[in-house]
Amino acid sequence: MKNSKIFWLLSLVLVLSAFLAACGGGDNADTGTETTDEKEGTETAGDLDSVQELNLMESAEIPTMDSAIAEDTVAFNILNNVNEGLFRLDQENIAIPALAEGEPEVSEDGLTYTFKLRDANWSDGTPVTAEDFVFSWQRAIDPATGSPYGPYMMSGTILNATAISEGSMDKAELGVKAIDEKTLEVKLERPVPYFMSLMAFGTFYPQNEAFVTEKGDAYASNSDNLLFNGPFTLTDWDGTGLTWKMQKNPEYWDAETVKLETINVDVVKEPATSVNLYNSGEKDQAILSGEFALQYGDNEEVVTDLEPTVFYLKFNQEREGAATALKNVNIRKAIATAFNKQDLADVVLANGSLPANFLVPTEFTFDESKKDFREVNGDMLEFNAEEAKKLWAKGLEEEGLTEVTLELLGGDTETAKNMDAYLKDQLETNLEGLTVNLKAVPFAVRLELDEAQDYDIQTSGWGPDYQDPMTFIDLFVTGSSHNLMSYSNEEFDKLVESAKAELAQDPAARWEAMAKAEKILLEDDAAIAPIYQRGEKALQKPYVNGIIKHPFGGEYSYKWASISGKE
Amino acid sequence: MGKYIGKRLIYMVITLALIATFTFFLMNVLPGSPIASADKLTPDQRAVVEARYGLDKPLPVQYFDYMFGLVQGDLGISINQFKGADVTDVILSRMGPSAQIGFQGMLIGTVLGILLGMVAALRQNTWMDYTSTFIAIVGISIPSFVFASLLQYWFGLKWELFPVALWKDGFMSSVLPSIALAMFPLATAARFIRTEMIEVLGSDYITLAKAKGASGSEIAFKHAFRNALIPLITVLGPMAVSILTGSLVVEQIFAIPGIGEQFVKSIMVSDFSIIMGTTIFFSVFLIVIILLVDILYGVIDPRIRLSGGKS
Repeated sequence: MKNSKIFWLLSLVLVLSAFLAACGGGDNADTGTETTDEKEGTETAGDLDSVQELNLMESAEIPTMDSAIAEDTVAFNILNNVNEGLFRLDQENIAIPALAEGEPEVSEDGLTYTFKLRDANWSDGTPVTAEDFVFSWQRAIDPATGSPYGPYMMSGTILNATAISEGSMDKAELGVKAIDEKTLEVKLERPVPYFMSLMAFGTFYPQNEAFVTEKGDAYASNSDNLLFNGPFTLTDWDGTGLTWKMQKNPEYWDAETVKLETINVDVVKEPATSVNLYNSGEKDQAILSGEFALQYGDNEEVVTDLEPTVFYLKFNQEREGAATALKNVNIRKAIATAFNKQDLADVVLANGSLPANFLVPTEFTFDESKKDFREVNGDMLEFNAEEAKKLWAKGLEEEGLTEVTLELLGGDTETAKNMDAYLKDQLETNLEGLTVNLKAVPFAVRLELDEAQDYDIQTSGWGPDYQDPMTFIDLFVTGSSHNLMSYSNEEFDKLVESAKAELAQDPAARWEAMAKAEKILLEDDAAIAPIYQRGEKALQKPYVNGIIKHPFGGEYSYKWASISGKE
Repeated sequence: MGKYIGKRLIYMVITLALIATFTFFLMNVLPGSPIASADKLTPDQRAVVEARYGLDKPLPVQYFDYMFGLVQGDLGISINQFKGADVTDVILSRMGPSAQIGFQGMLIGTVLGILLGMVAALRQNTWMDYTSTFIAIVGISIPSFVFASLLQYWFGLKWELFPVALWKDGFMSSVLPSIALAMFPLATAARFIRTEMIEVLGSDYITLAKAKGASGSEIAFKHAFRNALIPLITVLGPMAVSILTGSLVVEQIFAIPGIGEQFVKSIMVSDFSIIMGTTIFFSVFLIVIILLVDILYGVIDPRIRLSGGKS
């Protein structure tokens, strides 16, 4: 029986692999015990642990760390922690002076801002100067740079930005000037009431000209080719990898506020893996998506955050040149009020989202007395099946129709598909004679269909780029690239225009105008049908304190974060 | 032999040029712009950004620019995933981990698979045969993401034998992903070897070998096994290419910085130069492996001639 040798070999391999496996367990077993200790840790936020190390996960790689070119959430999040602009969002999400020393001087007409810079250094020890801002802003708007966010953030705001971005003017004409080493003068095209919050955005961060020029194409290609002026420095990033670190920046002007010494970040794209890494104690925070939000819904380590991103149905009033049934306002209103948003948010999404009876999100913008913009208009287009049925019947009669078939265009993610199926069911149940055909496509395809105005109803969402209701409201003015659905209301357009122009310096009246515009858009016209405001659930270890989540720009600040009670 | 390989090399270059051409034009009919924030810009501004990446030129010009660069070994720069990074650098930096777990997975898979297959064939219709067949069926039918998730949950999280995920602990990090990748080649090899060996063991020349007094192991290895290898190599070659160039699923589950994901992701986000780079990389690999497999045939079975005429 010579073949028995094979079995011996097989058994040997098995025994050997079991042996190897047991050896490998050593390191991990330690981490395991630590996990149990962590949970028993006392919550005395005052006593900081001797090891100030935070372990986090990101959902995607860093595409670039060049603030002039960045356009994605990962880059803006890191930029917010390793660099700094004139202003920074604080723990209450209010823009406060950062590199600017106090509030700027603003001219009478609201068009010229003069900032004094505080004494602050780059991570190589050279001082941050007004020239650094001029250089980076010009670089971001220069067509040769090919930055999408430079033109997007500056056009219509900073003087001459539009003309420069389209190549018809030299970048030196941009409305930003260094008066001296520590004085920066910014000229605007129109008064911008939310200008301070804009100054906290990554695109407006300074860059050191000598360093950027010296590095050339290699600038920002990995962590060695970067300079920092924020609470942390980025290290161990090779430019394409799935891992990096942030280390406390000793050169930061406010270094004594920063408690964390090291933040270890790894990219984990699989939601199940991130939950496993959290449970193994290797990571201190894990975002819960889809089914995990449900599964961990009432876990005591879950933190829920409301995001200022709103999802809504866009009603296309004109498809391929011909008016659709959605041209009728009663039909639009009927559809907008015929689905149960509360159930959708609580049961279908179950991720802490709120039903939206508004366009401008809650907990996003506040007036000077810190009152939420939401309090002005309250709820609009609430779910009301009975009322919806009446409006539907009226609308059909006006159009001389008995039944309507509409296409609902949506995303192809799991969440989007579930939501669209729920909407179809609700609408068809509550509105007799309505057939909804679902069409799920990838994002890029949806954009193309949107541009071609080739859909009936579309689920769409919007997150803010600056802290002002206008970032949502002006999406729907006549001719806006987001309003490719043939909606047009003169009064709405006028209100938006006046809020941007003559009312720009009168906060109360401007606020009023924007609220009125929102009311017209939703209550009068039902041009769109709000669905929900997105929430996010995450697991977070109880020993982690002070991570601040922001509504726009960089998603998180770790400047005020600390570890206490892990040991 | 030399002449044959020379001829094959010329065909390879032609094949590669055709693949590059097809991919280039197919990719350009993809919907959507490679500029991630295209929807936030005015048409003029969008044109300016596209010009930065040479996307404003007419398609034929872009094509010849690309092919000209390709001949010189320049794969261009990434447009949106790793803005401005050299595609060659992206592929090189991501190739290592994929190749490592792929190689280990292939090795474990084929060695164990061959053993299982041989055991099953030599002990046909015994419990060993049934066990081996059961393992092969399980390996073929359980999708790798289920298997990888189970490995991660039990061996990583529950029993703490290996890291849960991440590419940080050297060899230990590579064990679970390699095993996950090994299942498919293991099952395939086991099935092929079993079937082939049973067939070969029933043939006349085995009876002759037995009559000549050859020992059991001599028959099993020298005669039966060698003949059973031919069909196995035919399937394992291309399989090796796809495993060595990374697996989207396994790499994502174990958070490994591999190249596998880029094949899919680059298409989703229209990162043109990465689509071209990964496709060409994969094609070169595949074409070379196919050539090697053809050469191997001749080594294993002298009856298979590579070129016509005198051997």
